[in-house]
Amino acid sequence: MTFEEIKCRLAGKTVGIAGCGGLGSNCAVALARVGTGKLIIADFDTVSESNLNRQYYFIDQIGMKKVAALAENIARINPEVKVIGHDLRLTPGNLPVIFDGCDVIVEAFDLADQKEMLIETILTAMPAIPLVIGLGMAGWGMNDVIHCRKDGNLYICGDEISEIGPELPPISPRVGMVANMQANVVVELLLNSEVAR
Amino acid sequence: MKILLNNNPEEFNSTQLTVNELLRNKNFTFKMLVIKINGILVKKADYETAMISDGDEVHVLHLISGG
Repeated sequence: MTFEEIKCRLAGKTVGIAGCGGLGSNCAVALARVGTGKLIIADFDTVSESNLNRQYYFIDQIGMKKVAALAENIARINPEVKVIGHDLRLTPGNLPVIFDGCDVIVEAFDLADQKEMLIETILTAMPAIPLVIGLGMAGWGMNDVIHCRKDGNLYICGDEISEIGPELPPISPRVGMVANMQANVVVELLLNSEVAR
Repeated sequence: MKILLNNNPEEFNSTQLTVNELLRNKNFTFKMLVIKINGILVKKADYETAMISDGDEVHVLHLISGG
């Protein structure tokens, strides 16, 4: 498949991204670069200086709402991508509404209890939509334990063991690897769905 | 009973176990979990009552913070 063909196929697709932090912002940018038609992004947070060591934002965006800053960055990379930004906290109540119509959903939260909430909600309320989660990406090195495995409609990207902590912070190289792995899985799913038809 | 737990064969003396009993037995102490029995999600509220029987495929996903 040439890149033109890929772009053409992805132009008709919608991807939901829950969280615009280390995983979400990098995943969104990767998907925007290849021409994903529509991205539905959601995060209640604001860009802060400490985010810049891994999140796809710039110094002059500190203080901006993340969904606005990310939409701005995507527009500067690929203005053909339609970005719908939701500046709010995702809940079991609003998740199915906000991500209605998505071909794939990406989980990009930071807290384990939020990951649990999202996975339970999507597997229950939207079981037909593939869900790509990020799990375990703290620290540096340890390249060879980062993997992707499939469990039904759930795709797990990460090493599944490196939890963030004061002595094991999340930083750009490893977080970026998992975020891009998630984007890679999304592209594979979106292109395969074309083939399946 | 014999089951598959995260794709590994496991054997237990009981003929049935609740999800909570399985977690205690295997010392799964992580608080944030996603559990599926034969591909069906088991909600947290049901861990005390949902039963695992011979031949079941159980998947337990430990969720950790970061992202």
